[in-house]
Amino acid sequence: MTLWLTLGVNSLALGGLLFLLSAGFSLIFGLMRIPNLMHGSFFMLGAYLGATFLAKGMNFWLAAFASAAAMVVIGGAIERLLLRRLAGQELAQVLLTLGLSFIVADLCLMIWTGDPIQPPTPPQLQGVLQAFGMFFPLYRVAVVGIAVAVAIALWVMIDRTRLGAMIRAGVDDAPIARVMGIRVSQLFTLIFCLGAGLAAFAGVMGAPYLSVYPGLDADMLPLALIVVILGGTGSLLGALVGSFIIGFLYNFGQAMFPDLAYVILFLPMLLVLVLRPQGLFGRVVP
Amino acid sequence: MTAALQRAAIVLALFVLATVPVWVANPYYVNIASQILFWAIFALALNVLIGYAGLVSLGHAGLFGMAGYTAGLLLAAGYGHWLAIPAALVATVATAAIFAVLSLRATGIGFLMITLALGQILWGIAYRWASLTNGDNGVNVGSRPAPFGFSLAGASSFYYATLVVFLLCLVSMLLFVRSPFGAALRGTRDQPRRMNTLGYNVWLCRFLAFLFSGVWTATAGLLFLYYNQFVSPQIVALQTSAEALLMVISGGTATLLGPIAGAAIVVVMKNVVSAYVERWNLVLGVIFVAIISFMPEGLVPGCVRLARTGYRAARGGRARPALSAPTEAGR
Amino acid sequence: MTALALKDLCKAFGGLQVTRNVNLSVEPGERRLIIGPNGAGKTTLFNQITGDLKPSSGSIHVFGRDITRIASRQRAHIGIARTYQIITLFARDTLLRNVMLALLGLSPLRWNPFVDLERQEHLRERAKAALARVGLADIAERRLSETSYGERRRVEIAMALAQEPKLLLLDEPFAGLSADERRDVRGLLAGIPREVTIIMIEHDMDVALDLADRITLLHFGEVIVEGTRAEVVEDPRTREVYLGA
Repeated sequence: MTLWLTLGVNSLALGGLLFLLSAGFSLIFGLMRIPNLMHGSFFMLGAYLGATFLAKGMNFWLAAFASAAAMVVIGGAIERLLLRRLAGQELAQVLLTLGLSFIVADLCLMIWTGDPIQPPTPPQLQGVLQAFGMFFPLYRVAVVGIAVAVAIALWVMIDRTRLGAMIRAGVDDAPIARVMGIRVSQLFTLIFCLGAGLAAFAGVMGAPYLSVYPGLDADMLPLALIVVILGGTGSLLGALVGSFIIGFLYNFGQAMFPDLAYVILFLPMLLVLVLRPQGLFGRVVP
Repeated sequence: MTAALQRAAIVLALFVLATVPVWVANPYYVNIASQILFWAIFALALNVLIGYAGLVSLGHAGLFGMAGYTAGLLLAAGYGHWLAIPAALVATVATAAIFAVLSLRATGIGFLMITLALGQILWGIAYRWASLTNGDNGVNVGSRPAPFGFSLAGASSFYYATLVVFLLCLVSMLLFVRSPFGAALRGTRDQPRRMNTLGYNVWLCRFLAFLFSGVWTATAGLLFLYYNQFVSPQIVALQTSAEALLMVISGGTATLLGPIAGAAIVVVMKNVVSAYVERWNLVLGVIFVAIISFMPEGLVPGCVRLARTGYRAARGGRARPALSAPTEAGR
Repeated sequence: MTALALKDLCKAFGGLQVTRNVNLSVEPGERRLIIGPNGAGKTTLFNQITGDLKPSSGSIHVFGRDITRIASRQRAHIGIARTYQIITLFARDTLLRNVMLALLGLSPLRWNPFVDLERQEHLRERAKAALARVGLADIAERRLSETSYGERRRVEIAMALAQEPKLLLLDEPFAGLSADERRDVRGLLAGIPREVTIIMIEHDMDVALDLADRITLLHFGEVIVEGTRAEVVEDPRTREVYLGA
């Protein structure tokens, strides 16, 4: 019984992390119409930076925000200097992000070498939470809580603010939005930075749990891809639901069929692609 | 370029290729030549989809690895080459058919993402299903085949075998490019809706092209297996798909010479760079980004273009037409 | 037997009804003109006849055969050819190659990956003849991207005619042409033999009206008036549609 419970909590935690990762990916895909193939790189680089800040004695939350801020800057530079040059050529942009992901992966290897790094959980969140007569690792619970908080914040931004309305207009129909005076290219930069920052934040959140190692980017990117295909591009609710589905599939799959765990993850995605290409919550894929 | 000059160039090229082990003394370089040839086969196969069907696949390493692993596992289990080779070809074409059915539900970026995911599934199997594939340890193959009794153990003999297969591939590609089917496929790339109205079955054209691509990708995978006598999950990874893609786009997708040149460039660079710098991925990424940002039509056509403008300037405005690939047919 | 019979054809996109109970009958050899203001649903109607769109309800019969469920790529094989409002031809190819592709679409040769297309003499000859019919034989080897808009329009017609259709659908064939070019295309269309039934959508009344045997006026997806030129011109509803109710 405790095994299933532990798996359950771990699944929720992974789901929360995946949401932080995929929300940005989904928004970028929805607005800019490109799967950002360096999203895993943002996650990994963010985790490495966070680990370095932590090793220098910085407070955990400060390190997470600092890492996210750094990634916002990097993401912004990439969008303005490189992606924007290829405006309108989505395929080229996708390949560009692929090339950049290789560069980032190797740079990380050069700077941080090949040994995995596992920063300790923040001191305030070590220990367990006692509820319903059972014990839950506090950190994992916190990750879920943070993910939900971010989800609410994003939802408020997208649904309730003027900025959000502009983003939604851009997601619906970018050329028309442009004609109506919305500065779509600025929104592109904003969303790309936001996505990068969220991914980095997720990376630091996940570091005590997943550790940081070369290849982390290649492990996380397909998960974001699956979540977004499953949940529908541009849909936050889809990203949320998809993240938790994948979190559960991954953990229970690993426990029950370790050889096939990876493949099991892709099955719902393939099913969705075949039966309902727009995902569970998205509208028709362009 | 006149027809006579073209024919002379082809004969010269064939002569040079056929005599590589003679004028290249060092087996290390002969091996590099072999590598260029089978990677060129892979690049040509991928270009069937990218250049001629207009579909960018990021999952071809899956097919490449499928061939290598099918043959490798059969050989490791004690079966002979006469079974391993056809089995690998059949298995890979079947996989290509599955890839096609799933990925052709979309075009453009959707197609790219589905092929990426499918390639990743195969990588996941190679890497994680250790009881089947030996996981990270890879699969060792004891020996190379000996067709008609000729041993392929040496660098030169393997090179000649690879050259023969490469030439077969090239002929196959030439026929395909000039054929009505090739023209139909390019039509579906340029104006799919118009082709539909004209009576073509666009989906079926693309499906068959995928299978054709699969056959030669499998062949390249087999040559890779026999060259290294080893296969590992590395070969099924996204990076391999990206390298093949780099070969195609660096050489240019519009001709048959492009992917061959691209393969040569990438293989030589990889071997040269690895000697000086540990970080091949970094270089791969930088080149990728540079080509996409500045020379999207490909390194070879881009340089030809630059050379043409430079040549024209040097001659004061009256330039002869630049060399075009002798195999650019049917446009 | 009619060439084309549309029975109670309806098409809706979500809540928007773009084709409302259209009943249309075109006789073999007839020249039918479909007119109507922008947004009347003329091109949508064409798209349903060619199979690019599936009707919500109703039926389409071509020469007695129910084609409502037949895939669009099959319709070329049963004798329906079509031109588009926006020219979508193969810009990088020569005019000859464009027409050869049209011919290939109906030929089993299109699946052949072995023979050399350039050596298919019979195909080349037929393509040259098709271009000659529209007066473009002398520039057959020119790239499409290097021709004028009027020439491209004629290539498109050549491609459609090369397939020897029984039913030819022309979507605004005169759009974007100069006065001279219109005269050329008009002469071309007038010269098509009566074995081919023609249905044409057009805005430019001057050129199109005298090509037509009968005219159908469409508005908001419905047939408002139908008849000979004189009948339609004199009908008060025509004036209503064009000058506002």
